[in-house]
Amino acid sequence: MKTIEDLKKMREKFQSDTKLRHDSGTQIIVGMGTCGIAAGAREVMSAILDEIAKRKLQDVSVRQTGCIGMCEKEVLVDVVRPGEPRITYGDVTPAAVPKIIAEHVVNGRVVEELAVGKIAD
Amino acid sequence: MQHIRAHVLICSGTGCVASGSKKVEAALQAELVKRGLDKEIKIVETGCHGFCEAGPLVIVYPEGTFYVRVTAEDVPELVESHLYKGRIVERLLYKEPVTHESIPNYNELGFYKKQMRMVLANCGHINPEIVGEYIANGGYEALAKALTQMKPADVISEMKKSGLRGRGGGGFPTGMKWEFTKNAVGDKKYVVCNADEGDPGAFMDRSVLEGDPHRVIEGMAVCGYAIGSDEGYLYVRAEYPLAIKRLRIAIQQAEELGLLGDNIFGSGFNFRLKIKEGAGAFVCGEETALLASIEGKRGMPRSRPPFPAISGLWGKPTNINNVETFANVPQIITKGADWYASIGTERSKGTKVFALTGRINHTGLAEVPMGITMREIIFDIGGGIPDGKKYKAVQIGGPSGGCIPEELLDLPVDYDSLIQAGAMMGSGGLVVMDETTCMVDLAKFFLTFTQSESCGKCTPCREGTKRMLEILTRITEGEGKETDIALLEDLAKNIKATALCGLGQTAPNPVLSTLRYFRAEYEAHIKDKCCPAGACSKLSGYSITELCKGCGLCKKACPVEAISGEIKGLHAIDQAVCIKCGACMGKCPFKAIIKG
Repeated sequence: MKTIEDLKKMREKFQSDTKLRHDSGTQIIVGMGTCGIAAGAREVMSAILDEIAKRKLQDVSVRQTGCIGMCEKEVLVDVVRPGEPRITYGDVTPAAVPKIIAEHVVNGRVVEELAVGKIAD
Repeated sequence: MQHIRAHVLICSGTGCVASGSKKVEAALQAELVKRGLDKEIKIVETGCHGFCEAGPLVIVYPEGTFYVRVTAEDVPELVESHLYKGRIVERLLYKEPVTHESIPNYNELGFYKKQMRMVLANCGHINPEIVGEYIANGGYEALAKALTQMKPADVISEMKKSGLRGRGGGGFPTGMKWEFTKNAVGDKKYVVCNADEGDPGAFMDRSVLEGDPHRVIEGMAVCGYAIGSDEGYLYVRAEYPLAIKRLRIAIQQAEELGLLGDNIFGSGFNFRLKIKEGAGAFVCGEETALLASIEGKRGMPRSRPPFPAISGLWGKPTNINNVETFANVPQIITKGADWYASIGTERSKGTKVFALTGRINHTGLAEVPMGITMREIIFDIGGGIPDGKKYKAVQIGGPSGGCIPEELLDLPVDYDSLIQAGAMMGSGGLVVMDETTCMVDLAKFFLTFTQSESCGKCTPCREGTKRMLEILTRITEGEGKETDIALLEDLAKNIKATALCGLGQTAPNPVLSTLRYFRAEYEAHIKDKCCPAGACSKLSGYSITELCKGCGLCKKACPVEAISGEIKGLHAIDQAVCIKCGACMGKCPFKAIIKG
């Protein structure tokens, strides 16, 4: 490490590795209640992780939640971008994942035809 | 490569390793592979969180859920429930002792709420064996700033303005010491870190070295730049193998990145570090004995002046500071002396790390701002005394320190107020005592330690501590004389005034302190041949109460046949035969045998 610039670059690189431990960025929340799992939430989760890795997205955390009651519409996936309303997508399949990630997570455009709910502050 | 969606932080400080955290880690690794989750979940080994009583500790991110007392058997449920389904495992959460409320996030725990974790900020939250994680949290920024934006004199001025005082126990103003070393004449200067941590029960330095070694390395490098030194030593006691291992890895990684070595940050400043292991002598925590030990000589102190700042390692100007002192340095440089001086009291700035041990609910490590009261540390952070017992005193400063009785619990903790109370900050080890501790026995315990650790060089310590110990032993065995207290006080005064080094000079402190606040206990031992706390075995007896059901178990257990009695009848102990071993009390299923 020869200059302060080198230190800064190294800091940024490693911050992306440990960012998970700090609250930040977009949250993707997958419903993993019994209904969700039965409807295939695990496969949707894997597809989400693959897409994030493929696009090398930073600042995205993936969490799970339980059953919110809309079991008919599982697999449910919520997307919350910082400062924006929480959007719930229903009947999500692994095939639909790339579109949700590309449109909403990256570009901030809600995928209307898949959305089933919105929670604004 | 798959995106990692969760980090499982497993505490790998010595405390949690001793309670089985390595087994938890192995079980977790196997379970993740079994469930196909090992590519998306990362296991991180961290240093000590300080909440040792509740270990093994596991934190799961991104939620930040804090799990306590996790065993290898809990792992399948943890993986299935939390890592697979996102459901927190309620039964493994910390429960507040009074309300039994579960607390999932660690910063809501009573233990952590009143703490100000600055030196310990990274401990438990980074993997200490990956330098990148230290850098991600702002590591080495202080060194970069010092080398590229400040002159050595500027660094010293900041250190003086901050008000930082030596955390090893002496409390000497750090900036001033650095300045003396900088101004001393010498063609070669050294930076030495005292990581001997000899006080029984103290483990603050160990946790910092195991959990965040780079912080100490960075502090030493900044010091080297300020005083004009290119070489440093870390004197680590050999009983800390994990700390030594992590330090070696840290030094190697720092060298690989050019953070140690030649021309750091292109500034022309060179700095290298070596590790010297101690060999089991408490006296080598004393600075001149420590330096002698590094030089390969027998660890014995010498008289001062000259102080190490003028003539230290191999006769060269040497700045020697404690681990915690160096660990405070980086934040002072990055955030500024004014910020640091805004924390703490008038003459004691910053925070102090305390090791909470003894009769206290939350044994572990806590970092608090100077000026907090002892009551808050013991009852709010420490969770009070277990088993509903009453607080008696807290020993602070280890074998060199004194005790704080109940009437002084609202004392603000800082260097000067503690000295006025007859105690001292010391390195930060706190031993809490309840009504079952005998203060005379406590003084004897500490004096036994200092007597055996005395190097023998000077007469006051070598002979004086031995005589004091003899007198204390007689007192605890019922052979105390009327003149003993006056003799102890006289001896103490002389040893304090004439011993060569801090070990001897402070060895009488526990005796003087317990005499000051608990004189009545000494008098009871001497005049009445009685130990009020019931701890001194030769002075306390065992007796059988009416709760006795006559089962005869005690009679069978007694090794000297001191108990008599018929089946179903009240049994009795013959005090003349009884050797006070306590075996009978241990066997009685009806709690009918009492001490005293």
